[in-house]
Amino acid sequence: MEDLAVAVHGLSKRYGDQVAVDNIDLEVRTGECFSLLGPNGAGKTTTVEILEGYRRRDRGDVQVLGEDPAHASARWRSRIGIVLQTATDVAELTVDEVVHHFATYYPRPRDPNRVIEAVGLTEKRANRTRTLSGGQRRRLDVALGILGDPELLFLDEPTTGFDPEARRQFWDLIDSLKAEGTTILLTTHYLDEAERLADRVAVIAGGQIVARGTPQTLGRRAHGRASVSWREDGHLRHVETESPTQTVLDLASRFDGEVPELSVQRPRLEDVYLELIGADDPIRVEK
Amino acid sequence: MSVTTEQLPSPLRIGWHRGGVELKEFVRDREAMVFTFALPLLLMLIFGSVFDEDIAPGVTFSQYFVAGMIASGLVYTGFQNLAIVIPMERDDGTLKRLRGTPMPPASYFIGKMLLILLSMVVQISLLLLMGVLLFEVSLPATPARWLTFGWLCLLGIVTCTLLGIAFSSLVKTGRGAPAVVSPVVLVLQFTSGVFFVYSELPTWMQQLSALFPLKWLCQGMRYVFLPDSFAAEEPAGAWELPKVALVLLIWAVIGLVLCLRTFRWQRRDAG
Repeated sequence: MEDLAVAVHGLSKRYGDQVAVDNIDLEVRTGECFSLLGPNGAGKTTTVEILEGYRRRDRGDVQVLGEDPAHASARWRSRIGIVLQTATDVAELTVDEVVHHFATYYPRPRDPNRVIEAVGLTEKRANRTRTLSGGQRRRLDVALGILGDPELLFLDEPTTGFDPEARRQFWDLIDSLKAEGTTILLTTHYLDEAERLADRVAVIAGGQIVARGTPQTLGRRAHGRASVSWREDGHLRHVETESPTQTVLDLASRFDGEVPELSVQRPRLEDVYLELIGADDPIRVEK
Repeated sequence: MSVTTEQLPSPLRIGWHRGGVELKEFVRDREAMVFTFALPLLLMLIFGSVFDEDIAPGVTFSQYFVAGMIASGLVYTGFQNLAIVIPMERDDGTLKRLRGTPMPPASYFIGKMLLILLSMVVQISLLLLMGVLLFEVSLPATPARWLTFGWLCLLGIVTCTLLGIAFSSLVKTGRGAPAVVSPVVLVLQFTSGVFFVYSELPTWMQQLSALFPLKWLCQGMRYVFLPDSFAAEEPAGAWELPKVALVLLIWAVIGLVLCLRTFRWQRRDAG
């Protein structure tokens, strides 16, 4: 069991008569980046907050770094890092003060100055937190999450409000944490983020895990239907097929050369995801 | 796997650091500063200027009022401040973030207590300074009275702090906190003999306020600041210092039990 950072069996949680999490099994291996995808209200946050020790569960076995988070010790908390979703605390302190202060909580913190540098806030270090932009504020949250040099890092919607440049820098930062062996549990709305960072993903909807796999194979993505489109008689034509190669060969012989505006698309992770959670598929809407 | 045999930092040390951070945040948040220090001074200035007659032979209203205002100051810094600030810190994520770190809960309260003790000393000093300079208030006359002043302040601030933390669990949102907390304090001040001479209040009002700690804090402070002759004006005809200590102690225990049972690190609607 030592190779599992997180082991969850039969986890359930309800609020009143509303079921938030319904009999979930989940395993995160040590050293991997695992992403939990799902719409708002699917049970994502409830699940993660039970793992973080913030909430009590109704049923199920939960082991995080070998301990039950419901009875977490300070020692256990020093081994995890949490990046919260929305926080506006420490408004009157400077970046420098906040990071140096939180470092005093940990038995073996990273160098606060290096952490500030790693999240790209060196130029803002003397500024009060209140004056930071949304993206800078999130980077401070990330700094506080990794400050204790955690074995397991929880990232809850970490790049919300980032510009593309800041997101790329953030992804590089996560890559370097992965390279150091940090286990990461990421929840995100951004499918490209999950695809870029996660070794494995699980999709949660209605309190249940509806699919799991690698970003490449989720929901039979590699084997499922592809869509082929081209222009013919001034109209954009479109078929979905399980044998796209044959379709393209047929088209090639029919057009006797270049097929105008030919494209073959495997379903994107986003398409698979939307289908899994029961939302309308945008490709069909365009048709 | 990394080895985790390093010692965790001690709760006292982290509490000390938290005290420093609390102080920085407090000093930089001007509204909180003004609220804590200017309000009692302003009240002292107004009441001291309006009522300048003697309420008993050799006892000016200012001398009476400074006792009540110092007692109120303990309620402001301990009770009112925490009952408002903790819900705000619950809303803005302060408490949730701290709960997700290895910081021991005790350190959070040690930090708060350090800031409160410092505020108390500054506030009482400012009130006494203003009283002495503007309203001819005389300081406690004997070492025994100074000694009582000391334990009364300490016991009072501990009781108020515990009750403030306990009360914070009743307050749903930080934004609504002042509207819930301030009236409680104001009503207690009116009925406990801060603004009016206690012995002149209706009996039912005296009996009601005698259930709460502020009345007893005021009574103890009157022993500290008023001549012995004034004891005859008290309902029992005496200062009743042991009873003052007992009531404050009982409320401190009630506050502690409530804190331990009801303190929440997250908003109630967060599940």
